[in-house]
Amino acid sequence: MNGAKKFFCTILALLLCAGLAPGALAQVEVRGGYDYTRFRDQDITLNVYNWGEYISDGEDGSMDVVQEFEELTGIRVNYTTFDTNESLYAKLKSGGGDYDVIIPSDYMIGKMINEGMLEELDMGNIPNFDLIDDSCKSQPYDPDNRYSVAYTWGVVGIVYNKTMVDEADLEQGWGILWDPKYAGNILMFNNSRDAFAIAAKMLGNSLNPASTDEVDAAAAKLKEQKAVVQAYVMDEVFDKMIGEEAALAPYYAGDGITMMADNENLGMFLPAEGTNRFGDAMCIPKGARNKEAAEMFINFMCETPVALANTEYICYSSPQKEVRALLPAELSESELMYPGQEYLALCEAMLVLPDDINSAMDRAWSDVRSYDTSGNGWIFPIILAAMLALAAFNYWRRAAQKRRTEF
Amino acid sequence: MKRGRLLKRVYMVAVFGFLYIPIAVLIAFSFNESKSRAVWGGFSLKWYVNLFHNEMILQSLAVSLFVAFLSASIATVLGTLAAIGINNMGRRARGAVMTLSYVPVVNPEIVTGVSTMLLFVVFNGQMSKFLTALLGTEVRLSFGIVTLLITHITFCLPYVLFNVSPKLRQMDVHLYEAALDLGCSPRQAFFKVVLPEIMPAVLSAFLISLTYSIDDFIISYFNSGTVQTLPIAIYSMTKKRVSPEINALSAIMFAVILAIILAANAFDAARERRLARALRRTQWEAGQG
Amino acid sequence: MKSKLGASPYLVWMVAFVAVPLAIVVYFAFTTKDGAFTLENIMGLGAYTTVFARGILQAMLATAICLVVAFPIGFFLSRMAPAHQKMMQMLIMLPMWMNFLLRTYAWMTLLERNGLINRFLGLFGIGPLQMINTGGAVVLGMVYNYLPFMILPLYTIMVKIDPSVIEAAQDLGCNVFHVLGKVLVPLAMPGITTGITMVFVPSISTFIISRMLGGGANLLPGDLIELQFLGNSYNYNLGSAMALVLMVIVLLCMSFTTADTEEMEAMV
Repeated sequence: MNGAKKFFCTILALLLCAGLAPGALAQVEVRGGYDYTRFRDQDITLNVYNWGEYISDGEDGSMDVVQEFEELTGIRVNYTTFDTNESLYAKLKSGGGDYDVIIPSDYMIGKMINEGMLEELDMGNIPNFDLIDDSCKSQPYDPDNRYSVAYTWGVVGIVYNKTMVDEADLEQGWGILWDPKYAGNILMFNNSRDAFAIAAKMLGNSLNPASTDEVDAAAAKLKEQKAVVQAYVMDEVFDKMIGEEAALAPYYAGDGITMMADNENLGMFLPAEGTNRFGDAMCIPKGARNKEAAEMFINFMCETPVALANTEYICYSSPQKEVRALLPAELSESELMYPGQEYLALCEAMLVLPDDINSAMDRAWSDVRSYDTSGNGWIFPIILAAMLALAAFNYWRRAAQKRRTEF
Repeated sequence: MKRGRLLKRVYMVAVFGFLYIPIAVLIAFSFNESKSRAVWGGFSLKWYVNLFHNEMILQSLAVSLFVAFLSASIATVLGTLAAIGINNMGRRARGAVMTLSYVPVVNPEIVTGVSTMLLFVVFNGQMSKFLTALLGTEVRLSFGIVTLLITHITFCLPYVLFNVSPKLRQMDVHLYEAALDLGCSPRQAFFKVVLPEIMPAVLSAFLISLTYSIDDFIISYFNSGTVQTLPIAIYSMTKKRVSPEINALSAIMFAVILAIILAANAFDAARERRLARALRRTQWEAGQG
Repeated sequence: MKSKLGASPYLVWMVAFVAVPLAIVVYFAFTTKDGAFTLENIMGLGAYTTVFARGILQAMLATAICLVVAFPIGFFLSRMAPAHQKMMQMLIMLPMWMNFLLRTYAWMTLLERNGLINRFLGLFGIGPLQMINTGGAVVLGMVYNYLPFMILPLYTIMVKIDPSVIEAAQDLGCNVFHVLGKVLVPLAMPGITTGITMVFVPSISTFIISRMLGGGANLLPGDLIELQFLGNSYNYNLGSAMALVLMVIVLLCMSFTTADTEEMEAMV
């Protein structure tokens, strides 16, 4: 053991030394007049819960935002990720964790506000809120800007592989995701709201179903699509599209730009029918242990260099006023990142749904995912009872057998 | 017969190939310069370097080790005590306890996971309300390291019991009584006679608990809250753009496991040799006498 | 030492964290969100019959494949020289100690359309085949992950079979199949049943394998449950009903395969 241990320690030490060279930190220039160091030496840990692939993390020479924040403030950050708004909601609702900062999307923020799950922000601690563009303030989900500070916005488009998809087919708009020609080559959103939104757009309905009938219609559309879908994915889409595992995938525009940068065969288009315009914002859940430090984190995220680094890394449109001018032209003039007013007029934001429609959608999503002809309601209780009886019989038979052998 | 032997060999190689080739590929690609999982781009150690800079992985490893050691220790103590107590029970009572102990072993992990999750949801909800009313300030209990520890201890406990119980039953009952007769207090008798006798079983129970705890994903997934253990961190890695750091991690884990197993084996072999030598010496001395 | 008191903390613990949680599952399965009694959750499962049927089918298939593959291995191992046996046993256990997420991820990279297997087949002009995101990939993942759980109990029981029994059968004129059917299989029965449970139970309840290798389109009961608790559907009551069904299925399976607690104790 000793030999092996020594060997391992040596390897470890070597690796650590080799690794010390890169990643030397350059201090971020923050705006004056804000005391970022007031929590130093207080041994605070912030639990930040964000989408995957949604922050500049130091890869390929980018800024490691979390580390910069830690160095600047002396606050430790426990950074974890979720993959859908709904799983974030489920986790918070179950008392699943004491998070300090979360970054949900518009409709989810509204829902959380309605259910009293968010803490009111003290904007006195977030002076950088001034840097947020007015177009991203006072949104329907948070009209008085009491609970959220915008982090990004963007639209949903379709990523496609130019070598596998006929450009002429793109004119079908969302319908291309139902095209049997691409059966087995289509990836689909693995979350209810985004999937239903696409189906609704296909049907010419609003993204915000007004009745359970609309939900059912969309669900039927999604079931129909199942035959051509290869897989339901969230961030797995990166590897699958870059690795050319599939031809088509609807996804958020920012991530589409990232994918296109990694594989030149990829393209992205915004369907002519219009799409979902989303906004994600930073919030503090009720009962957060370190509210003021969390506000400090939110403020830090709005600092110009930080917001710029994040925007360049994740390619989502930034609501921070100063960022767009600082971006390289290929991003700031990108139609995907900053679509023109004409197209934006076709887009729709997701709103909080009434409870009955929401739960109808939740249930319909389970149905879509496991879809097949629904059996009779009584089948299951009967099967269950039969199984239990069979199990009991088996145990009894064994016991009887044993008794017999004992005598 | 010859052909049979050849067939047998081919079959064995095929099955072991099936078991090991995926792991070998994983390890091979940890040295790949390029990010691709299928194309070789030259030799590089950079993923190892990155791995040792990946704070999320290092932190989760620390959490995993902490949880594993603590829960294995607690489970070993509780389980050993239980084994002794159960050994003194009547047949019927023992059967009932054993049945209860089998529940977490045979239950699907996901059922164990969600059932404890529900327990904590209900308990935390009620307790938070109660404490809030009692203390007058908002109290919010949530999932975290405590719930994680509790679940880990729970699924380790039965394994400790099943490891220690047979050893206790094998033990000569009179040994303990003899110790008492020779003037030991019950306490002394336990620590000086019983415990050394069952020590190998206790130790192996501890090790089994340790490995189960480090390896567990499903139960932790439902009960960890903000805390990330290593398997949970690995899971969150596979849900994003996968970095070959994950290959480097696999290679290191494989190497560590291999080292531990080889060391344990060498240790065993050395002990056997020592025993054999001692045996020979006593025989020789007996021969002399 | 004579006291039973030592068991009491254990008992309290197990009741609090094993028995009570299961009771809560049952409670949730039969109530609405407001806590009123209902059969709706269980009845609603009718819509998911296909998922459960698929889960049972795929788990059974994986178990059968494991049994067929593992049986000869267990036998060959048990006939080796003791020193070799120990090494082989370790070789079989070694992959099991790797975290199963990593093992499953390994197959993901192999099975992809542009993965190594397809590249290899491409050399001979075959393919590319769609292997990942299919039911077959899920079964493969189950077989790969749980094969050692089948080999080890088979080996453990076969070591105890006296070689002279087999020789005697051969001397008495049995051919290979007779030896197998009349001697080996009956003698190895406890190992077979243990192996079946140890493969079937985790296979039917997995949700990672189907997610990583099945692409989320081949839903398994485990996925459905996860969807209700931490995923998109958020419905504890429905999820509990599903968990209950899973438990009953497993109970049923166990009733076929394990006789009583004493036998089970021997296998752990």
